Amino acid sequence: MFRAASSKLFTRGLRVALACAGVAGLVFWIFAGPAAQAGAAPDDEKTGGETTVFATGQNAFSFPFANLPDEERTRFVIGNSFFKRNWVQAPSSTTARDGLGPHFIARSCGGCHVQDGRGAPPDFTRGLSDQPVGLLLRLSIPGKDAHGGPKPDPVYGDQFSNFAVLDVKPEGQISLRYDTVRGKFADGTPYQLQKPRYGFSKLNYGPMAKDVMVSPRIAPQMAGVGLLEAIPDAEILRNAREQAASGGPVRGMVNQVWDAPSQQMRTGRFGWKANVATLAHQTAGAFLGDMGITSPTFPDETCTAAQKDCLAAPRGAKGKAPEIDEKTFGDVVFYETTLAPAARRNPKDAQVLQGQKLFAQAQCAACHRPSYVTGESPFPRLGSKAVQGQTIWPYTDLLLHDMGEGLADGRPDFLANGHQWRTPPLWGIGLVPDVNGHNRLLHDGRARGALEAVLWHDGEAKASKDKVLQMNAQERAALVKFLESL
Amino acid sequence: MNPVLKPVVLAATLALLAAPAMAQPAAAAVPGKAATAQAGTTAATVAKHYAHLVQASYDDTLASTLNLQKAVQALIDAPSDEGLKAARKAWLDAREFYGQTEAFRFYGGPIDDKNGPEGRINAWPMDESYVDYVKDAPNAGIINNRKVTISKKQLSSLNERNGEENIATGWHAIEFLLWGQDLSTTGPGNRSFEDFVDGKKPNADRRRQYLKVVTELLVDDLRTLTKAWAPTATSYRAKFERGGMESVRKIFVGLGSLSRGELAGERLEVALASQDQEDEHSCFSDNTHRDVVNNAKGIQNAWLGQYKRADGTTLAGPSLRDLVNDKNPALAERTSKQIAASVAAAEGIQAPFDREIVGAKDAPGRLRVQKTIDSLVQQSKDLVESANAAGITKLTLVKP
Repeated sequence: MFRAASSKLFTRGLRVALACAGVAGLVFWIFAGPAAQAGAAPDDEKTGGETTVFATGQNAFSFPFANLPDEERTRFVIGNSFFKRNWVQAPSSTTARDGLGPHFIARSCGGCHVQDGRGAPPDFTRGLSDQPVGLLLRLSIPGKDAHGGPKPDPVYGDQFSNFAVLDVKPEGQISLRYDTVRGKFADGTPYQLQKPRYGFSKLNYGPMAKDVMVSPRIAPQMAGVGLLEAIPDAEILRNAREQAASGGPVRGMVNQVWDAPSQQMRTGRFGWKANVATLAHQTAGAFLGDMGITSPTFPDETCTAAQKDCLAAPRGAKGKAPEIDEKTFGDVVFYETTLAPAARRNPKDAQVLQGQKLFAQAQCAACHRPSYVTGESPFPRLGSKAVQGQTIWPYTDLLLHDMGEGLADGRPDFLANGHQWRTPPLWGIGLVPDVNGHNRLLHDGRARGALEAVLWHDGEAKASKDKVLQMNAQERAALVKFLESL
Repeated sequence: MNPVLKPVVLAATLALLAAPAMAQPAAAAVPGKAATAQAGTTAATVAKHYAHLVQASYDDTLASTLNLQKAVQALIDAPSDEGLKAARKAWLDAREFYGQTEAFRFYGGPIDDKNGPEGRINAWPMDESYVDYVKDAPNAGIINNRKVTISKKQLSSLNERNGEENIATGWHAIEFLLWGQDLSTTGPGNRSFEDFVDGKKPNADRRRQYLKVVTELLVDDLRTLTKAWAPTATSYRAKFERGGMESVRKIFVGLGSLSRGELAGERLEVALASQDQEDEHSCFSDNTHRDVVNNAKGIQNAWLGQYKRADGTTLAGPSLRDLVNDKNPALAERTSKQIAASVAAAEGIQAPFDREIVGAKDAPGRLRVQKTIDSLVQQSKDLVESANAAGITKLTLVKP
C-alpha cells in the first residue's frame, strides 16, 4: 500500500518537474535520487563531496575538510584559535589580541558563531539584562553610500552596538517582543508563529535619524561557507536566467555588491541579502562592525563624529597598525573556508525519501537548488585547493527573492529591496540542535524549526508554501525529516 | 556484518596477541597452534570490550574527582596553605584519569552529543577574568559581581555564554580557583589560601561558594557519564554494544580526531605557533605536559583494548588492533608502534610547557613538542588506513 501511494506521488511529482522544464536543471537533481536509486544515483549523502566529514554532536560544524592536506591543517587550527579567542580592551599585556571595541557586539567570532554554529535570538523573558550577541541590527537611512550600498545612520552608523569597552558608552540597548501570528493547515490543524518587533532604549548618543531603517540578522553556521564561495558566478547567473525563462512567480535576482578586499563590484552571495561577495569581506566587516577590530581591509574604527568617547578611546596594537595583522586575518579566513559540511544522516530512510519527494513536488528546489560543482576560491592564498571540483549539496540558488510582507525588513541593501532575501542554504540545519541546542531559523531566528520557517514563506514562494499547507500531518513530518537530514 | 575468521587469520591474530613485538607475525604463524585461546575478534566483541574500558575509565575519573571534592570541602571549611596544596594534588591526580577519557570524544557519544557535558567539563582556553579577579582588574569576574547568584544552574548557563572563552565551569575553572593566574616563568600560578578567607580578600565567601558549586557540577557531570556507560539495558552502552561496525567506526573517529585536530593541532601546534602561555591547556597549574601524555595514552588504551586502572589492575580484551590485524597484520603493527612512539614523545615533553614552546625554531623544547606533533600526525594517517582496512570509510579524515 505504501509502495503504491509513494509511486503515485512520484509520478505526479515528475509531471510537475517536467512542466517546469526551465528549472529542470534544478528540480531534476531531486528526482534523480529516487528515480535512479537502483543505478547511478548521485551521492547526495556526502554534502560537500570529498570535503565531507561524517560527524554529529557538538563538534559537527568544527572539523576541517576531510581532504585537507596535512600541511594546511596547521593553518586551520591557528585560524581556529583566533576565531574563538576573546579580544580584549587596549592597552593590554596581550598585544596579539588587543583592540576590542570601542563599540562592539561580541568579543570573538565564536561569540556569535558558537562552535562554528548558529546564533539564536536572546531570551527576553528575563527583561533587558540579556542583550543579544548572535543577533545584530543593521541600520541605514534612505539613500546610498559611495558604492551603492546602504547609507549609515549619521549618529549610530550601519549597525547597532549594544556593548562598549570601559569608559565608552554602549550605543544603547535592544528590546524584542513577539506578536503571535495564527494560521491553519488545510486539514484544520492550527499553528502559531511569532513575529518579532524590535525597539531601542537607553540611546546614549541622542535620537536616531527619523527615517532610520532597521534589519535584524542572525549569525548563520559556518560549515561549508568556503564551498559556497567556490560556486562559480556563472552558475548563480544561470539560476537567475532559468528562473526568468520559466515564466513562473519565482524570479530570483542577482545582487551586485562592493567587495573591499578586491576593490571591485562582485556577485553577492553571503549575508542574508547576498550583500557580501567574499568571505574576506564578510570577515573583515565582522571584525570591524561586530568586534571593533580594525584590519588591513578596514583600518578605521566605526565611531561616528557624534561619538566623542569612542573616538578618544585607546587603539589596539599601540595604535600603530591594524588591530588584526594581515597574516592572522588570512589564517582566520582560511579556517572559515575549510570548515567541512557534515554528511547527511539517514538519507535512505523511508520517511526522509518521502520528504525528499514532497520537497520536489512543492517546487522548493526551484530556489533551494540542490547541487553544484565547485570552482576556485576568489582569493587563492586565503583558501585551499581542496575546495575545488567538489560536487556539493547546499540547496540554495544564492539569489534574492521577494518573500512577502511578513518577512520584509523594508531596508534595501545594494540591489536587494526591502522585501527580498537571499535563499539560505539548507545544509546543516538538522545539526544546529546538536551543536547549538536550538533550532531557530530565518534571518532573525524567529522560526522555531523547519516547518515554521516554511510557513513564513510568501511572495515568490507563496505557491510552494500553499502546497505545504495542503499536506497532511504525516507528509509534513516527512518533509521536516528530509530537511533535518540535510 | 561481523567477519567470520578463517583459521589461518585467527591463528595470525592470536600469534600477534601472544607476541606483539614480532615484526612479521602473519608469516610466522602456524595454523592451529594457538587453538586453545579465545574466539575471533568481531565488531561486536570490540564494541563490547571498548564499552567496558570506557566505563572503567570514567569510574576511575569519578572516584578520583570525589577525592578532589573532599579536599575542596576541607579547604572551604578551614582555608589553609596545606589544605590548598592537598586540593591541588587531588586535582592533578584526577586529571591523570580524565585526560585518558578524551579518546571517547568526537563521535557524538555521551560526552559530546547534543546534551553532552563536554563544554561544561573541559572547555578551554579560559578568559579567567570572566570568573575572578586578575592582575590589574581587581573587580573582574562573576565572583566579584555580587548580583550574580552562584548556583549550579546559574554557572551552567553562564558557561560559554557569548563566547567560547567565557568559561565558568569545569576542570579549568577549578584549576584557576586553586592556582590563580600563572604570572611566573618558572612555576605555576600561586594563589594564596587567603583568597578564601573572609577579611583577607574581597568576596572570599563567594570564592568558596564558587569552588564548591563548580566542583559539585563536575562530579554531577562525571556521574552522568558513568551512568551512560553502565551495563544496564537502557543505557547508551547497551545501544553502543549492539552497534556493530557503526560502533567500531565511532571508536576510530574518536581516536583520529583527538590525534590530529585536537591534540596535535589545537593543543600543540597552536601553542607552538603563538609561543603564548594562554594557548596551553592547563595554564594555571603548569600541568599541560601531563595532559598531552594522558591524551596520547587514552588513544593507545582504546587502540589496544588495554587500560591500567587506578587500583593497578590491567583490563585487556578485543580491540581495534585485533580487528585490523585480521585484515593487515603489518598495518596493525605499524599503527601500534606509531601510537607507542607518540606516547613516548609526549612523555619527553618537559614541564613547564609554557617554557617548552618558547624560543628559536631549533630550541630543544620546541623540537620535543614538534616531535610529538609529527608522531601524532603520522598516527592519524595510520588510523585512517587502519579504519579503511577494517572496511570503514565514513570518517572525519579521508585516506591521506
